Amino acid sequence: MQNAKNIKQALAFTVFRILAGLVVGILLTVFLFIFLRGIGIISWEFLTAAPKEGMLKGGIVTAIIGTFLLIFYSALIAFPVGILSGIYMNEYLKDGKVKRFITIITNNLAGIPSVVFGLFGLSIFVNTLGWGVSVISGAFTLAIMILPIVIRTTEESLKQVEYNFRLASYAMGATKWQTIWKIVLPTAMPNIITGLILSVGRVAGETAPIIFTAVAYFLPTIDFSIDKPVMALPYHLYVLSTSGINLQASRDVAFGTALVLVSLIFILNLLANFLRKRLKVSSTK
Amino acid sequence: MRIKYLGEKIIEGFIYGSGWITTLVVVVIVVFLFREGSGLFNKKPLEEGYGIVINAENKVREITAQEIRQIFEKDITNWKELGGADEKIVVFSLSNIDKYFTEKDLGESFSLLPEKIKEFVQENKGVIAVFPEKYLATSLVHLEIAPISFWSFISGKDWYPTATPSPQLGVLAIILGTLWVSLGAMLFALPIGIGVAIYMAEIAEKRVRELLKPFIELLAGIPSVVFGFFGLVYIVPLLQNLFNLPVGETALAGSILLGIMALPTIITLSEDAIRSVPKELKEASFALGANHWQSIARVIVPYAKSGVISACILGIGRAIGETMAVLMVTGNAAVIPTSFLEPVRTITATIASELGEAQQGGIHYEALFLLGSILFIITFLINWIAELVTRKK
Amino acid sequence: MSLIQTKNLHLHYGNFHALKDVNIEIGRNEVVALIGPSGCGKSTYLRTLNRMNDLIDGTSIKGEIIIDGQNIYDKKLDVNELRKKVGMVFQKPTPFPKSIFENVAYGLRVNGIHKKAEVEETVEQSLKQAALWDEVKNDLKKSALALSGGQQQRLCIARTIAVKPEIILMDEPTSALDPLSTLQIEQLIEELRKTFTVVIVTHNMQQAYRISHKTAFFYLGELIEYADTKQLFENPQHERTKNYVQGKFG
Repeated sequence: MQNAKNIKQALAFTVFRILAGLVVGILLTVFLFIFLRGIGIISWEFLTAAPKEGMLKGGIVTAIIGTFLLIFYSALIAFPVGILSGIYMNEYLKDGKVKRFITIITNNLAGIPSVVFGLFGLSIFVNTLGWGVSVISGAFTLAIMILPIVIRTTEESLKQVEYNFRLASYAMGATKWQTIWKIVLPTAMPNIITGLILSVGRVAGETAPIIFTAVAYFLPTIDFSIDKPVMALPYHLYVLSTSGINLQASRDVAFGTALVLVSLIFILNLLANFLRKRLKVSSTK
Repeated sequence: MRIKYLGEKIIEGFIYGSGWITTLVVVVIVVFLFREGSGLFNKKPLEEGYGIVINAENKVREITAQEIRQIFEKDITNWKELGGADEKIVVFSLSNIDKYFTEKDLGESFSLLPEKIKEFVQENKGVIAVFPEKYLATSLVHLEIAPISFWSFISGKDWYPTATPSPQLGVLAIILGTLWVSLGAMLFALPIGIGVAIYMAEIAEKRVRELLKPFIELLAGIPSVVFGFFGLVYIVPLLQNLFNLPVGETALAGSILLGIMALPTIITLSEDAIRSVPKELKEASFALGANHWQSIARVIVPYAKSGVISACILGIGRAIGETMAVLMVTGNAAVIPTSFLEPVRTITATIASELGEAQQGGIHYEALFLLGSILFIITFLINWIAELVTRKK
Repeated sequence: MSLIQTKNLHLHYGNFHALKDVNIEIGRNEVVALIGPSGCGKSTYLRTLNRMNDLIDGTSIKGEIIIDGQNIYDKKLDVNELRKKVGMVFQKPTPFPKSIFENVAYGLRVNGIHKKAEVEETVEQSLKQAALWDEVKNDLKKSALALSGGQQQRLCIARTIAVKPEIILMDEPTSALDPLSTLQIEQLIEELRKTFTVVIVTHNMQQAYRISHKTAFFYLGELIEYADTKQLFENPQHERTKNYVQGKFG
């Protein structure tokens, strides 16, 4: 009898191990396939030249710059508002109906599909406000999309700051805001930054919200203005892999673009993990 | 001292304002989506600037968009099918006007066209004439088109938003396509996801788990478009060869990608739920002589049930809302799905691929916003259900 | 020969030396109380007896524990069999999210007993033995989570009895309960000692005094004194025992 149940356990655990292996396998496959075919494409020229000849030649620098512009401006919009909102949730709002309401709303905002943000951005920023298809329209759309991530990250990080820190600060006559600004925020900051980095990854990779709000098919010149459309890495990859005139010829460029995009995400993840580890070490000291 | 407090009050004002930002955003999103989307119900599904006229003796006064299409496709050929007299339908429009009149008949720059239309309509009892309104004499009897109703939008099987003269705006196939692909995705994402969650929460050693965790996070971070690209280059041809299909862009390809993409959500949230099972419960099970697997299957997972279910629901939500990957690999044919080996089209893919061509404020544009509103409602419901399931405990 | 013999037992959590050279013999049908300040190792010792400490990473054990003549840390021993023989009741009542009946039947089912009649009979007997039968006999299908704290704890005891152990370990079984429920559990323990050997960790000196035959006093991982309960409380041999017992007792 003991044997039968232990055999069952061994069987079940083997299945679970295989499943976990499978997931790792999938990820490695995706990575390897992009890396192996993309690495040969990457060159100094690919990273620094503008696309030319129907995007089959040259580089992708305009798409890289576009993606960074979108990251920069959406962060500029979402981070301050999101962090303040997170502070409100954790430091000002008491547990109760209001807090639960806002939490549910924030969760819902996080659950809205990215393409719906695209629709919304088109309707309000591009058309109603008349900003047209531009960096700023796209940045606002993306900012709204990552807002819930920023808020939740901030809230969670603040929650981990020991309550006694606050008491100690009050005991020395500090006001609420001084306590938050001088004690609570600095303590929570490394954690918050980790979350912010991951939200940047999200901005870098999203396509659907920017298709109608920010991107253009092909732009050969480098431009940093915020009221014009840009190229962006994920959209560039989409265009190259689906609507090229010469799909085979554009595949190489597509692999190169995919590798750049995935590397960007990879680096951001490494950075976030590195920070988290550092944090763990310093907090156990 | 005063200034210091004033500054603080201002900052706190900002904080209070920011606290409500998400609520504000959600309200604004709802207003804009639904405002654009509901515009559809005030519009007639007919090419802009066009009108339809019939013979004065014809008793039929109203007709639906679908019936117009059937008439033009010769599926309906007699007025009695539409509740009128037994009279053969004669279609008369700019595309077949040369059958009845020569260029000379119509005069210079169609100056005689209104006269000719009037004549033709008065002479032919069975005529249905579709022309720009400016060519239609006011004395002619107009055939009204039924405005689009929510029900006809939801239950309509045909999606030809740019068809002339009457765009067909039925999204049934698209909604079913969305659910179909998501269902397929869940068929393998759920067992794998829950399995891996159990493995990470209960079975894996700490070292292995800490190695796996960033992997799962990375999987969650890979952009949708990269998965789409991967699917297009590898999975699509693979399926085509494997099942000997005419095209590899199928529901199955979409389901595979969506399944992979929903995995991190399911794994992370389920793992958290399993982890939050009180240690005492597990120990109590061990103390009764249960082995680890028995404890997992009979005590730990049942205890974490609501959390795991809510994780799965949110995973489904993720799959339904996913855009780029399905857009790239499902083939985008708006037909009601019957198999996983045929192309399908999802809500998200429809919006992403067509919004660029749709004229702002036009009927197609508004239909896409309405589709977006439906998607919004679906995901809202899903989140709400997940929330309820979690709270039930 | 004693039922449980503990010889030169050492236990480490990583670098922390949690048990230092513990030697205890426990006879059949005895009730032994383990007392001492928090973190003294009494709970740790209790958990070595059914190898519950195995669940904690980084635990290492030296010395031996012999139950019924068998070293329970023998590599060949099936730990599930051991835990069947050495049942355990925890500090917080831990009913599974199942019906009352299924809670008691759980131990039988996981040990391969599925015959309906046998299961039903054992469940009834165990509930009776745990003095819970009269209160729940009409509600066996109801969720165990609906019971009161004291009832839940008695249910956990019934669940433990159902597996027919020889030894029942109790880890502060009344610390989460109200005085009345505590009294009921104490009465129950007095019944149980007719059939089982009970090892109980308690913070409550009066409780130890009331229900146990022998008492062991732990301090900083060491067993300071182990004697008949009456003697240990009224005439402790060690200074530390005296301070502890007299500070808390009487």
